[in-house]
Amino acid sequence: MTDTDTELRVSKIENGTVIDHIAGGQALNVLAILGIDGASGEEVSVGMNVPSDRLGRKDIVKVEGRELSQNEVDVLSLIAPAATINIVRDFDVVEKHRVSRPTEVSGVLSCPNANCISTGDEPVESRFEVLDDGVRCAYCDTIIRESLAAHISVA
Amino acid sequence: MRHDHLISAKQLSRGDIEAVLDRAAEIADDPGAVADARDGALLGLCFFEPSTRTKMSFDTAMKRLGGDTIDMGSVDSSSVKKGESLADTARVIEGYVDAMVLRHPSEGSAKLASEFVDVPIINAGDGAGQHPTQTLLDLYTIRENAGFDDLTVGIMGDLKYGRTVHSLAHALTNFDASQHFISPESLRLPRSVRYDLHEAGAQVREHTEIEDVLETLDVLYVTRIQRERFPDENEYRQVAGEYRIDAELLERAKEDLTVMHPLPRVDEIAPDVDETTHATYFEQAHNGVPVRMALLDEML
Repeated sequence: MTDTDTELRVSKIENGTVIDHIAGGQALNVLAILGIDGASGEEVSVGMNVPSDRLGRKDIVKVEGRELSQNEVDVLSLIAPAATINIVRDFDVVEKHRVSRPTEVSGVLSCPNANCISTGDEPVESRFEVLDDGVRCAYCDTIIRESLAAHISVA
Repeated sequence: MRHDHLISAKQLSRGDIEAVLDRAAEIADDPGAVADARDGALLGLCFFEPSTRTKMSFDTAMKRLGGDTIDMGSVDSSSVKKGESLADTARVIEGYVDAMVLRHPSEGSAKLASEFVDVPIINAGDGAGQHPTQTLLDLYTIRENAGFDDLTVGIMGDLKYGRTVHSLAHALTNFDASQHFISPESLRLPRSVRYDLHEAGAQVREHTEIEDVLETLDVLYVTRIQRERFPDENEYRQVAGEYRIDAELLERAKEDLTVMHPLPRVDEIAPDVDETTHATYFEQAHNGVPVRMALLDEML
């Protein structure tokens, strides 16, 4: 089965975003980053662990009526570095690009160090420097390498 | 050195460090020459955690430069008790002073405060994070006693929560120094510090026994196992008292080994070490004044 066949497994969308080539098993974390839990009535299609020429197994997420912000794409890049973002308008893909890792992400991860000042009641967003193999809190220097998705705090 | 704020020892280049130490040496030789250097300047002492040496030495340093200090007082008697954020406290005190010395129990606190104010913030200890001015006086003491060339330094004790250790380790990467870290497994250097040392290409070894490395050391920097930093009392009990040096142990060390400690000590250095030629920790504490005078003279 080709990637194109796989895309057809989930319905085409009229306007919105298709996030393709997500590492297998990460789709729910992608939805968490986008703040999608189904409660707000979003129209979402998800394919999980489907065959992929490039990745072996991949996840795919289609979100109707929503184009992703750069901030959302930046965080996506941390858990799905091979992802492609397809912007769809009137059933046509009008933009297609791979995610690229930013140098910093703000307001989307929470620091696991309970003693970090950014986790208290201060008027700042969390901020992390992006390393080759993880992220690092700009306030307390804590490095997160594993289970990055567990620290996502974006709403 | 020309920094708006001093938050981390990682900011300091070898040139920055040597400039402060050279100035501190000049001041130590002739303190009267700078008696009016910062006449009229006001330093805010904002200590959200207990402190004796750091607070009093900053107070002394500023007054010996002809300036003055105001003290936030204890947290219990300040607006912090009413739930005020650090960002707000910093912005209020900014209007009163020319610079602020901040000690706070949370890591990253000095960094956060520096984002809200224009007056220089000097980090005087942020939780288990950094303590860069302690490092400057530590380096001054090392230079006076052992020099900076081909140096072998052992750092022993609480390496996980020890902010003085983190700052010193970063700063030593500027010099030709081998660093040996001696601690229980549970108190090893944090991942972030090991990452920085690796990135800096530092020569680093980790040990669990001081005996493995004692004979090679030029400097032994001992730290207290800090009960107050342990989230779990049982974790503290498992390691408390395990790392202790005494005069008998030091007979195996180099004759000119310099033993340092940021103080306060509890039982990690036996009193009989005080009488040996190795003991440098009280001199180290006294060096806080000229070093902080040099730093304030530079930053204000």
